[in-house]
Amino acid sequence: MAAVIQEGGEAGQPAFLHIAQLVQEFGAADGHAFRAVDQISLDIAQGEIFALLGPSGCGKTTLLRMLGGFDQPTSGEISLGGRSMLGLAPYERPINMMFQSYALFPHLSVWENIAFGLQREGLPKAQVAARVEAMLKLVQLGKFAQRKPHQLSGGQQQRVALARSLAKQPQLLLLDEPLGALDKKLREETQIELVNIIEQVGVTCVMVTHDQEEAMAMATRIGIMRDGRIQQVGTPREIYESPRSRFVADFIGNVNLMDGTLAVDEPDHVEIQCADVRHFVGHGITGHEGMAVSVALRPEKIRISRRPPPTDDPELAPAPLNQVKGTVKNMVYLGSDTVYHLALPSGALLQVSQSNTERHPDDALTWDDEAYAWWTPSAHVVLTQ
Amino acid sequence: MTRRGLSWGARSVVGLPLGWLLLFFLLPFLIVLKISVSEMEIVTFKDLVTWTDGVLHLQLKFSNYLFITQDELYAKAYLASLKYAAITTAWCLLIGYPFAYFMARARAALQPALLMMVMLPFWTSFLLRVYAWKGLLGEGGWVARALDALHVDQLLLALGLISGPGQYMNTPFSLVLGMVYTYLPFMVLPLYANLSKMDPRLLEAAYDLGATPWVAFWRVTVPLSKAGIVAGAMLVFIPCVGEYVIPELLGGPSTLMIGRVLWDEFFANNDWPMASSVAVVMILLILVPLALFNRAQAEAQAKQGARG
Repeated sequence: MAAVIQEGGEAGQPAFLHIAQLVQEFGAADGHAFRAVDQISLDIAQGEIFALLGPSGCGKTTLLRMLGGFDQPTSGEISLGGRSMLGLAPYERPINMMFQSYALFPHLSVWENIAFGLQREGLPKAQVAARVEAMLKLVQLGKFAQRKPHQLSGGQQQRVALARSLAKQPQLLLLDEPLGALDKKLREETQIELVNIIEQVGVTCVMVTHDQEEAMAMATRIGIMRDGRIQQVGTPREIYESPRSRFVADFIGNVNLMDGTLAVDEPDHVEIQCADVRHFVGHGITGHEGMAVSVALRPEKIRISRRPPPTDDPELAPAPLNQVKGTVKNMVYLGSDTVYHLALPSGALLQVSQSNTERHPDDALTWDDEAYAWWTPSAHVVLTQ
Repeated sequence: MTRRGLSWGARSVVGLPLGWLLLFFLLPFLIVLKISVSEMEIVTFKDLVTWTDGVLHLQLKFSNYLFITQDELYAKAYLASLKYAAITTAWCLLIGYPFAYFMARARAALQPALLMMVMLPFWTSFLLRVYAWKGLLGEGGWVARALDALHVDQLLLALGLISGPGQYMNTPFSLVLGMVYTYLPFMVLPLYANLSKMDPRLLEAAYDLGATPWVAFWRVTVPLSKAGIVAGAMLVFIPCVGEYVIPELLGGPSTLMIGRVLWDEFFANNDWPMASSVAVVMILLILVPLALFNRAQAEAQAKQGARG
């Protein structure tokens, strides 16, 4: 995998796709300016699959459309391979897009759809044919070359759209909700297939999605967007395990967020007093005693049992830190996991997720059971914003 | 509903118009067909089938049809009708397509107003509107004066479309102008309905793949609006072939169309069998190409289905 370049880029080595201070302002004329994209700077390395992830209306699609050339930025810079893309029409950019719900030409066959871009370059017929055949083989649609898009299943249409956008060998591939039109089971299969094809071709890729699983499964790096700004950029693991703000922690996956104050501030550990529990965090943070902080705790990092936690486990914090006792208010059986909602003394609910490693456990927890929950000193993320 | 086929409600909804067509289209047509092969006896028609002395006589008179092929007046009038209908259709398409295209792409708030403007002429009598052109194009009419001022008459004269400098009325020019003016909405409306349904992302996809807006228009927009083009062209072409009022009011001696010939046979010559023959040939002239076209399209579709 290409070296990951952090936000802002490394000095002296310009990024492959360079986005600087990009702004898209709507309605500036009537005085109610709205910034769909607000001062975004990003550097993306060659060969990366970068996912823009955020709730609807966060500006991710606007950003993608500016890369494709369908919208012109109000200000800022986009360059690809050192060449500025500003002022270039979509048909002048070495960038191709796979559109949301594909936008396949309904009057053309699969073959003609894939050939469309190549024919625009004025390539000789034989060369076009060879390239189309190669693309059909890549997406395993050789048998369907003469069909019209409406005669294909959703998954097949998706592969035609991919073949069409890769046919011209673009320097940058844009994917707009690439799997949004597929059902869940097919989506999971297609994610892996799509990444395999993109990596086989070696094209740099920017995708937009509102589906975090899709982003996590496919991307090498994710940018979380909100209100036209990028909140955090990182690998899927960084985003999930080390969110930098309450928004990111809450947006990605399930999380228990608890507000509290910094009670003990030591270089090697801190203690945070929350309503139901005092947390013991096994590392220092920048802050001061009495400061208001939040603690983010993922449900799967918590253990739950009828019996209290072992007192002799050196991995655990000294009792009564990092443990609570509550009542099981709700249980959601998901097959591979069960999610428990544990009602704490203050009335807050703690989500706990346990893998169902046994088919028929002897003393399974059930509704209204009293239970203990505990976690290790490295389980939490302390958030100061 | 477990019964196969249509429910009672669906049957009546389909059946009523079907009955209407049978009663008021097919039946009159059969009567016209009968008259066209009948012999006139002063004011009545001879019976086609007679029974005399134990012999059944069936008498079909085809001389009218033969006459149509022999007298070149008819062939000329048919050809003129097809020609002017085709020219009118072409102009309607040329003017109507860009109009419908930009209407479909106008701001959503503006579209109902534009649509209203297309349909507004229907609020005035068709006859009045055509008649008004007589005043506009006649000597001293302000359209005529504007054309003079722009020296358009020189060009039209050189093309043989008007009879003399400043003489716009009763010429091929005034005829086609009147027909295009009248039938333009019938082209615009189906095209608009078709183009406004088109997904704008298809054009973006074409640009994305390297098509300039011009290429995208010809490769994507036009093929996708084929159904609208065909519908509009038929709505203009078919009534234009049989058009009587506009050639009568705006046409001239050089624009004799079949509608006028029909009128003359009925009302001037009182030769109903002849007039009926002319009408039957006209209907065949329109129906046969239409049927062939429909069959070709159905075949193309069937072929596509079989391929898939």
